[in-house]
Amino acid sequence: MASITFREVEGSSLKYWLLFGGLGLFVLFGALAWNYMHHHGHVVTGMDNQIVWGLPHVFAVFLIVAASGALNVASIASVFNQKMYKPLAPLSAVLALALMLGGLLVLVLDLGRSDRLIVAMTHFNFKSMFTWNVFLYSGFFGLVGVYLWTMLDRSVANYSKAAGTAAFIWRLILTTGTGSLFGFLIARELYGTSMLAPMFIIMSFAYGLAVYLMVLAAAYAWTGRALGDAVMLRLKGLLAVFVAAVLYFTVVYHLTSLYFAKMQGVEAFILRDGGIITTLFWVGQIAIGCVLPLLILLTNLGKQRPWIMIACALIILGGLAQMYVTIIGAQAFPLDMFPGLTEKSSFADGQVHSYSPSVPEFFLGLGGVAIALLATTFGVKVLRLLPANLDDATVAKLEH
Amino acid sequence: MSEHKSTENTPSSPERRRFVGAAAAAAGVSLAPGIMLMEVAHGRPEDQAASSAVRWGMLVDATKCSTGCDDCVTACSTENGWTPVAESQHKNQAPQWIRKLELQDPLTQMETNLPMMCQHCAEAPCVDVCPTGASFKRADGIVLVNRHTCIGCRYCMMACPYKARSLVHESLNDTQKAEVPRGIGCVESCTLCVQKIDRGDGTTACVEACTAAGHNALLFGDMNDPESEISKRLRELPTKQVRADLNLNLGVRYHGI
Repeated sequence: MASITFREVEGSSLKYWLLFGGLGLFVLFGALAWNYMHHHGHVVTGMDNQIVWGLPHVFAVFLIVAASGALNVASIASVFNQKMYKPLAPLSAVLALALMLGGLLVLVLDLGRSDRLIVAMTHFNFKSMFTWNVFLYSGFFGLVGVYLWTMLDRSVANYSKAAGTAAFIWRLILTTGTGSLFGFLIARELYGTSMLAPMFIIMSFAYGLAVYLMVLAAAYAWTGRALGDAVMLRLKGLLAVFVAAVLYFTVVYHLTSLYFAKMQGVEAFILRDGGIITTLFWVGQIAIGCVLPLLILLTNLGKQRPWIMIACALIILGGLAQMYVTIIGAQAFPLDMFPGLTEKSSFADGQVHSYSPSVPEFFLGLGGVAIALLATTFGVKVLRLLPANLDDATVAKLEH
Repeated sequence: MSEHKSTENTPSSPERRRFVGAAAAAAGVSLAPGIMLMEVAHGRPEDQAASSAVRWGMLVDATKCSTGCDDCVTACSTENGWTPVAESQHKNQAPQWIRKLELQDPLTQMETNLPMMCQHCAEAPCVDVCPTGASFKRADGIVLVNRHTCIGCRYCMMACPYKARSLVHESLNDTQKAEVPRGIGCVESCTLCVQKIDRGDGTTACVEACTAAGHNALLFGDMNDPESEISKRLRELPTKQVRADLNLNLGVRYHGI
């Protein structure tokens, strides 16, 4: 196998520092948003006692899911021994760590008592999926960190496959845990199903790869390094398979629910009567997130890089819409405590709950995205993560 | 050694001397009338843990629950110091420990009224999902939130099938009660007036209010004691648990739903 030279991004150009500063600005906005929410309490957010998890959770869960998916490229290289993916692996691991960091920060800073994080780290209830996730997230940092080390340090390169396999298995369990945060809830009709765990895993594959492809292409375009079509076309083919699988899971999930009379109310809400939720489902999750990207990736359009980038952006937007429908939609539909009866109370019983995200919530979420990208931008400057050249000739040599 | 001991036993500062003096005086004043002694005897001493021999519960007779009456809600708010929703500036975000539900059968037009609050499940989903263990069930069946370890993640609110819990969305005003600790950013719900139970009152504020209004729709007591009023009534009246399909073994039982 031909060897590949990895090189840090020089990171001294005005463009680099503009990017760094721009992302830093959004991190600052996120910090200010958190400070505002923490000072006044959740009263300044759009969340209330009906919609208890809002926009920050949409961003946080998306980032956490995308994080485990971003590791895919590395897993394909190490676990499944695909040589072409090997040069792509270090960036994949760093991006996974960065996205996880961003997601966790948003999740933690949206706590009613974010100052009590230490309590969450010292008091555990092992019947809680949340507790398990605390360990899964920490373990992810540890395992992916070690895996990255085996990729960057030749003296421990022999352990790379073992570390990569461990990280791969861990990330599957981790996304099972993230899906089960919702899957293990009995109260809401749309949750409480084991379907959510595999569905979150396949979604993580799609979202993570979409983010990875955009970051990879941007890094190579902005540093003037060569990135051949062989790499892009191979990855976009994989992306199309993942998106098709997401669509398949979504269809099966809703078809199953539609079959049960007790679920028809909530399904009618999501699919037909839910206003913004319905729009986000059909236009956001299905059309923008699945159908359009598939049309691009599976036709001749998918051979052109700008179109691949558009498809990736659509998948990410569709993913955010999906999280919104999954998290907010399920809460917006009223709990059915007395089936068959209409309910009325001062606590919005029996009513569809509306939710208008506030500006601080939005900036807290964006802050998480910004910190993930900032960490990646910093990572490629200080570590040898990116091959100096990924043109088609170099990549072709790897496979022989 | 003996010198050291004597130093330990002697009040070492004027503050400590004053404190000991005040404590002795308070003890004397409390003990003197004898009435205080009686009350203490009925309540549960602080150093004695709640007992699983007891299961506190409530019977709601929806056939007696009056339309338009919200005395139970007002009494709860007064006893526990949460602002009534009508007076709150942010109504959607205002905590409601108990609320009146109006139900109607769309086919028969039959109307039912009942109070809804924490059902004090034996298998409480909120307790299961709480990451820090702040949501907990006391041995006597009361489901509570530990104010010191609740991190405000709201997972319990996602898990509760009765929407019984509220997050304190803003800083609290001075309506707070000394015996009912509350705090911004934490989740809270009906405590079955645990402060009254531990004091030995043997009832809750909502039940007192309902009885005082002459409706007698609420009855509180020990469901484990076959001789208690609530156990006797539960044996006679057909009752249901809300969302019985979830099999959570509720501490609140309803008649007439």
